Amino acid sequence: MAMLHIVNKSPYETNALESCLNHAKDGDSIILIEDAVYAVLKGGRAANALGAAGGVKIAALSADLKARGIDGDKIVDGVDTVDYGGFVDMVTTCDKTQSWL
Amino acid sequence: MSEGVKKFLYVNRKAPHGTIYALEALEVVLIGAAFEQDVSLAFLDDGVFQLVNGWDTKELGTKNFAPTYLALGDYDVSKVFVERESLEERGISEDDLMELMYEDEDDDWAEKPSIRVVSRSEMADIMADNDVILSF
Repeated sequence: MAMLHIVNKSPYETNALESCLNHAKDGDSIILIEDAVYAVLKGGRAANALGAAGGVKIAALSADLKARGIDGDKIVDGVDTVDYGGFVDMVTTCDKTQSWL
Repeated sequence: MSEGVKKFLYVNRKAPHGTIYALEALEVVLIGAAFEQDVSLAFLDDGVFQLVNGWDTKELGTKNFAPTYLALGDYDVSKVFVERESLEERGISEDDLMELMYEDEDDDWAEKPSIRVVSRSEMADIMADNDVILSF
């Protein structure tokens, strides 16, 4: 029963991502959208937290990355980038979703 | 569980007065309960502030909706999970929380507390166990 966790706030503004990481279970997925994509920036405190989340698949929405000038070499290892279609695929392959507002 | 009944979990992560989330969550919870779904509430992060005793919103000029939490039991909402770590991080304890009660129909309508303080990992299990999660 895998869950897709959707996070849309910067990890440097709210604790939504931190709390999400504290509650996600092995086999779950997290997609970072809107300002939450800042979490992938290599060397940032949030990126280290993402790296420690073993067993949880992490993805970021490419449109939001591009809009913020975050290209491949700035993204910490272990994060997939997905387009809107990929986001939809994640929603359909997981049993349910939870938004971390 | 009878057919057509889903397990709904309402996740509350916001403090009560700064935004409209807490009040809106309560409205939706009561609607869900009226449709006889299996409803649970989770309070974590700043959401635990919603259940702290002693609200006085007179000077704010906003509605004091604390009594609505106390009425949840009358709507057959008897499962209220509060995360222990979130309480501790904020310097509050279970003794600071409202006394939410419900009447147990399987036990001669005995009055029982609705609030169950759970650990962070138990909260993760509760989230995984529900069919639908609505976040506020």
